[in-house]
Amino acid sequence: MTAAPLLALRGITKRYPGVTALGGVDFTLASGEVNCLVGENGAGKSTLIKVLSGAVVRDGGTIAVEGEEVQLGAPADAARLGIGVIYQDFKLVPALSVAENILLGSEPVHPRTPLIDRAAMHERARAALAELGEEIDTALPVGRLSVARQQVVEIARALSRNVRILAMDEPTAPLTERETEGLFRVIRSLKARGVGIIYISHRLEEIFEVGDRVTVLRDGALVHACGIREIDRRGLIRAMVGRELENEYPRAALARGDEILRLEHMSSDRVHDVSLTLYRGEILGLAGLVGAGRSELARLVFGADPRTGGRIVMEGRAIAPRSPYEAIREGIGLLTEDRNRYGLIMQMSIRENISLANLRAVLHGPFIDRRKEETAARALADDLRIKAPGTGTNVESLSGGNRQKVVLARWLNTNARVLIFDEPTAGIDVGVKYEIYTLINRLAAGGIGVIVISSDLPELLGICHRVAVMCEGRLTGVLSGEAATQEAVMTHAHGTRP
Amino acid sequence: MNARRLTERLTGEFGIGIAFILEFLLFALLSPYFFTSDNLLNVTLQASITAIIAAGMTFVILTGGIDLSVGSLVAFAGIVATSTIKAGLPPGAAVVAGILAGWAVGALSGAFAGFFITRFNIAPFIVTLATMTIWRGAAFVWTDGRPVWELPEAFAFLGTGRLLAVPVPSIIMVVTFLVSHIVLTRTRFGRHVYAVGGNMEAARLAGIRTGSVLRKVYILSGSLAALSGILLASRMNSGQPNAGVAYELDVIAAVVVGGTSLAGGTGSIVGTFIGAMLIAVLRNGLNLLNVNSYVQQVIVGAVILLAVMLDRLRRH
Repeated sequence: MTAAPLLALRGITKRYPGVTALGGVDFTLASGEVNCLVGENGAGKSTLIKVLSGAVVRDGGTIAVEGEEVQLGAPADAARLGIGVIYQDFKLVPALSVAENILLGSEPVHPRTPLIDRAAMHERARAALAELGEEIDTALPVGRLSVARQQVVEIARALSRNVRILAMDEPTAPLTERETEGLFRVIRSLKARGVGIIYISHRLEEIFEVGDRVTVLRDGALVHACGIREIDRRGLIRAMVGRELENEYPRAALARGDEILRLEHMSSDRVHDVSLTLYRGEILGLAGLVGAGRSELARLVFGADPRTGGRIVMEGRAIAPRSPYEAIREGIGLLTEDRNRYGLIMQMSIRENISLANLRAVLHGPFIDRRKEETAARALADDLRIKAPGTGTNVESLSGGNRQKVVLARWLNTNARVLIFDEPTAGIDVGVKYEIYTLINRLAAGGIGVIVISSDLPELLGICHRVAVMCEGRLTGVLSGEAATQEAVMTHAHGTRP
Repeated sequence: MNARRLTERLTGEFGIGIAFILEFLLFALLSPYFFTSDNLLNVTLQASITAIIAAGMTFVILTGGIDLSVGSLVAFAGIVATSTIKAGLPPGAAVVAGILAGWAVGALSGAFAGFFITRFNIAPFIVTLATMTIWRGAAFVWTDGRPVWELPEAFAFLGTGRLLAVPVPSIIMVVTFLVSHIVLTRTRFGRHVYAVGGNMEAARLAGIRTGSVLRKVYILSGSLAALSGILLASRMNSGQPNAGVAYELDVIAAVVVGGTSLAGGTGSIVGTFIGAMLIAVLRNGLNLLNVNSYVQQVIVGAVILLAVMLDRLRRH
């Protein structure tokens, strides 16, 4: 008889009107173990975490912590049981110091007074950070820290509350490669302390690096659970998608046409002297570490940030867009990174989000022709297979993959001849990723020049015809064919010139 | 889909509409004079001055902004209009010139506020707090604190005249709301207003000239405040430097009671119209029931809180 696991969920069920978010899911977690929770968007991962954190009340099933069945009806219950969740958007107060954030709500006071004992507070904050092997000035306001360090503060806060079960939702999404390694170090020290970790990520490489076990959900049901060594990448994808994907990255034959976009000596405060040429029908990858200046270069071309020097030649004509409005009129489109912050208008419907960049096309005199708008939006929504009751549905209620499709539809609705995709598949499941790759191929085949920025290197190498690499705002190499290997890209990304 | 749309609308902007109907029936029961055409036309007349401003304020609040200067503009535009009328032109031309001059004050004030908000990225609350203070001061400086009297008969028609028994300000109010509603729901500018209020940066990256949209909404708000100022001056047959004090609060109340979010991005002109009417009917009904004016204030405040609370409960 083995000891009871740290956490055991049995037959967890959660229904919403018309949808079964979780249909009897089992999940176990041992002390000092990392159990990776994977599945497509809408598979039920988030709901399961919400049940565990007390944010959502389950309709059925039992939860046991160390063999003892517990009630979990509110976030306070989860806190009492030592269950913590690190969400993608941190729950930190930017203006307060690191120490104040770590001990927020449990500040040490001088005995018999209401006054905060600052020395003790900093001492305890430092201790919590030291346990993670991290050293951060506890007097600094959290808003001045990098995203990675804010995440460490968030984890330290959980630790200072004696968290034994920690769920992490896509923790590496905002991190650079080096910071990701730092996070894995922190995870290993948490494991050593006996904390059980539920790790959610769409990046399969990470799961194989940091996970001990993996649990796969599909459509609200448990489809697979095993040790990480008992499954390979292909098997994991098959479990997630429910079918065999013959090829993770569909690759289109290059039908390279004339030059469509030429950048000459592009410069700004974050981009230095970048020259690059894009051809009709070409998919050009832009690789580099987070912060290498790729998004900044895209924003320069799109007129979203001020340019300090350089020239943009579009279809043989020099252009100087000073705003996205002007860039769009020249035939350039940008699908920004972080669709929720920079892409969608959450209060608006699918239809309104799609037509937003090209309302001109559906005008009838001074008025918007609703029928024309609806027809265009519906055609695109059907074509991209956006899953929603109708085009009048608010985008807020859509899953990540469908939201990204709405932004895609918006740009297909313009007559852009150059499209820049910034992290188009971030936080999107394997099945929808495949659809997006197929679409990018189709666009290129139709004669559009495509630039793809991605931190997922296998993806870039898989779908792009050429890969340009940036480091610290400079272009350090352009690779194609045999020369475009992961090693070569990483060498250039770290700034080593050949 | 249509049945759902209907329920959404009934619980949405018309949720406040149901409250309005209940209030209406209540006063009709309690006061025999309430439900007479004389009284109802009187309500629309009383509501018209702040309601017209509220139509413009709806655009501003939808972008996530606020315009505190409207009350002061009522006074300053009224002063400039009446002073221009008295400048010595022949009566007909004088009235037209006065109206144009008053309107120009509102539009320029809006352009001025919009410039500071977009060019220097200063919060609308602060910019319009400043213009509110400036225009109020300017109204007193211009007149040396004295009202502008002795206006021609022709000018009084705007504020006191009637067409087929309907007060002219009420007609202007209805036209303002109809046009505002169409602009907001059917034109590109209207759509852009919602987009800017929903997510400014996303709107900019979708190719919307957000600065231009913002400048336009403040010009619109200033213009409608000036229009109200001219109507009020006509009704009082004088330009008063202390006219419209604290109107901005009544106006914001009407917009918010009408369901428009102060955070921007959601709301409607129909809602604002019902919000303005709900408050006007409340004041009128309480007057008819001889409720003491101090008690009225307490009741109006409580109803504002109640209306917004119900709106919140509906959303969650």
